[in-house]
Amino acid sequence: MTINARTTLTSFVVNGDPQEVSVTGAQTLLNVLREDLHLTGTKCGCNQGICGACTVLCDGMPIRACLALAMVVDGRDILTVEGGKTDPVLSVVQQAFVETGAVQCGFCTSGMIMSATALLMRKPSPDRQEIREELSGNLCRCTGYAKILDAVALAASRLPIQESAT
Amino acid sequence: MSQVSELGASMPRLEASAKATGVARYTADLAFPNMLHGAVLMSTSAHARIKSYDVSAARALPGVRAVMTGADIPRKRFGLMIADETALAIDKVRYIGEPVAAVAAIDRETALAAAELIQVEYEDLPGVFTPDEAMMPDAAIVHETFAAYPKNFDCIADGNAISIAQVLSGDPDEAWAEADVVVEGVYETQAQYHAYMEPVAAVADVDGLGRVTVWSSTQSVFRTQICIAEALDLPRAKVRSISPYVGGGFGGKSEPGVQIIAALLARETGRAVKVVLSRQEDMMMMRSRHPARIHLKTGARRDGTILVRTGSVVMDGGAYADDSPAAMHMVLHFLRGPYRVPHLRFDGRVLYTNKLRAAAFRGVGNAQATFACESQIDELARKLSLDPIDLRLRNVLQQGDSWLGKHPIGSASIGECLQRVRSESNWDARRAALAEAPTSKSGKRRGLGVSSVVYTCAYLSTSAIVRLLDDGTVTIATGAVDIGQGSDTAIAQMCAAALRLPVDSVNIVQADTDATPFNSGTNASRITYMLGQVIAQATDDIVSQLFPHAAELLECSVEDVELVPGGRVAIKGVKERFVSFADCSRRAHFKAGGPIIGRGSYVFRVEEPDTELTINKGMMSLAAIGTYVFGAQVVETEVDEVTGKVEVVEAWSAHDVGRAVNRQAVEGQIEGGLVQGIGFALMEELVWSDGQLTNPSFMDYKIPCSLDAPENIHAIVIENPEPTHPFGVKGIGEPPVIGIAPAVGNAVEHAVNVRVRQLPITSERVLRCLLDRGS
Repeated sequence: MTINARTTLTSFVVNGDPQEVSVTGAQTLLNVLREDLHLTGTKCGCNQGICGACTVLCDGMPIRACLALAMVVDGRDILTVEGGKTDPVLSVVQQAFVETGAVQCGFCTSGMIMSATALLMRKPSPDRQEIREELSGNLCRCTGYAKILDAVALAASRLPIQESAT
Repeated sequence: MSQVSELGASMPRLEASAKATGVARYTADLAFPNMLHGAVLMSTSAHARIKSYDVSAARALPGVRAVMTGADIPRKRFGLMIADETALAIDKVRYIGEPVAAVAAIDRETALAAAELIQVEYEDLPGVFTPDEAMMPDAAIVHETFAAYPKNFDCIADGNAISIAQVLSGDPDEAWAEADVVVEGVYETQAQYHAYMEPVAAVADVDGLGRVTVWSSTQSVFRTQICIAEALDLPRAKVRSISPYVGGGFGGKSEPGVQIIAALLARETGRAVKVVLSRQEDMMMMRSRHPARIHLKTGARRDGTILVRTGSVVMDGGAYADDSPAAMHMVLHFLRGPYRVPHLRFDGRVLYTNKLRAAAFRGVGNAQATFACESQIDELARKLSLDPIDLRLRNVLQQGDSWLGKHPIGSASIGECLQRVRSESNWDARRAALAEAPTSKSGKRRGLGVSSVVYTCAYLSTSAIVRLLDDGTVTIATGAVDIGQGSDTAIAQMCAAALRLPVDSVNIVQADTDATPFNSGTNASRITYMLGQVIAQATDDIVSQLFPHAAELLECSVEDVELVPGGRVAIKGVKERFVSFADCSRRAHFKAGGPIIGRGSYVFRVEEPDTELTINKGMMSLAAIGTYVFGAQVVETEVDEVTGKVEVVEAWSAHDVGRAVNRQAVEGQIEGGLVQGIGFALMEELVWSDGQLTNPSFMDYKIPCSLDAPENIHAIVIENPEPTHPFGVKGIGEPPVIGIAPAVGNAVEHAVNVRVRQLPITSERVLRCLLDRGS
């Protein structure tokens, strides 16, 4: 990197794997995931924190990877769409998206799935209106959202019912 | 034709799991050893002569490997209908955002920094920013050399006009005398941004043999190949175009994005170059739906029978033609609506302006025409005190009718579609109840509105090659790009059905100009219809080669064998006496005849319009388009009389799809199109100030989110098998977007008694109408 060449060593866990990456001050988590760790499942739709395509979970909370500076996630636990093998909720959500036809072009899908996963981790049995509201920060241009809402409801029905964490 | 009984099942898309787990690779996800990154410098002037460039500072920046301007590229123009574009501006810039220079560097940050260092000296020219300005007698001319540009249709134009055309049928001037009622209005539609979630991207590489390979987000690998070849002055064979997964297109990726720029940089540096636009760059540089102003007038008898309709449309084409002529011609073609209109005349004009180019967008031209047409039908119903669906049913096309100039329409199911939305939405009771309901305490009223929908789904040509592998599975190559709508799965399902194979025995070849045969592109709702035609041919070809092997192995005559499910050929009526595809194919591969390959080639062509009945002036050929698709849409809206805000709370969308190949995917098209239609109806608009786009971000340009979509969308799939098609299918990609805006406008009028003739129907516009109306 020729510009902003000063780097800092940052350590965090991605999908269960400890990672150590030299990052520049301006480098975003999205950039580190895609360019340094080659985890390209997380997409860049607007790079302004609006479309939600880059949503990942940071210690279980959904964040926009395009707005998060990589340095800031030092010591955190990051879950991306590639982490289905390590996270049972994510994997149930992914399967539900496949079965219900909630995936069309797929470009919003990873962010949408991560937001849905965050919702179901916090609240395993949301009603349809809660799902609509929770996913309103993730834009989709293909599906009209109907089958995405169906997918989240299906995933919720398959998850063990437990007390909400909050 | 073999059994097609497996068609119609809902099945997950072939690639759904790859997309849901992040494995699916899109263009921006690709990387090559030693790859460079590109950046594009956009014009800051809306209309100017380029006096000079100074690229020295950019070239001197460490890490920069190439800087190119219009002075460094072939002076070769390309374009779908009119060859008026270059990959980088040459001599002149014509809109703010137009690519002026490009940089390749070791990373994207360096490339962007270098692009900022390029100095371009402009001599500003007066600009034209609206069609009205473009039509002024003393208007600045956007393309002085227009007359010399190659064109692929019988183009009539003058001044800043890209195309001027007319459709005339019957004797409209005489017919007005017989009309008891006349309704007339001006309807305006806006520039809508495609907003595919994946911004435009391309990776280009060179191979040392003078060939350039481009991976890109495109709706047509062949259009991409053609445009690169024309712009770079290369033979087609020196350009290979491939599409990885594509994150949506909706018309916006039919023509080139940054592929040519990536190819130029790759050839200049001898290295792979990736160019990915930011969202802001994509919005400023690429395309929008054509803004249109349509003046429409309809005359009818007192009983509602339509006699005559005339109109004129003026469209804003932006700085380059792209497919503007076709978009305008589609307005003229569809302005009559799916009704019997004995006398009509429509005049159209699309103009260059110094703004972003306008281009095909889901329902090209038709969405604009239908907003005018279907709004006006409701205005006529109101004037005649007729129910809007009753009035439509009185006039709809019937089986045996044709479109303009005897253009065949296939199954004329518009009446059935209207009846279905009427019954499914409980139209009569619901409409009456809503009309009588008091305004809510918070000032909200609901209304119900309807629109008819008509479109076509067959267009141009396509081809397929199906290969039977030695283990009895098949590989199909078609050149069709699945941009997210699900065509790969539909192709696999049709191929599997024709050969009575499980779908997972069918392998789809990624669209690649080296590996897959010609397909003109994923547009015009054409893929499922067109591919079905060639899949039927290619699989019949396979079967005709397969049966002699089976007969030899079964020791019977060819006439005595038939396909049975599961990749088997059996003796007719004795299904336990069979051989597998693998048995036959191994025989073909290693003993007799050689590997089995099936081929299909198809071009859609009907008769040119009968000029005794209809005169088309300045139009592209309509003989390449056809097979009509009908639908009807109803929406229930809630209008806040305090704020003017409109919400769509429930929607019914009925479409005659001929035959659903994959019901879940058809529903997905209907639901998704409908919500895009809501964006068009209520919220989306690109806004310019003197040539400067003022809202190039998702912060300021809003598309519908999950809360803007209706809580209930009823996707109603009607199946009247299409008689011209081996599988009976029709395309459904575009129709669901088309009727929503007028249905919403009609529902708003039903709710609060105001007619909004300008899109989008924003709170401000509704409120202004409400204030004008009084209480």
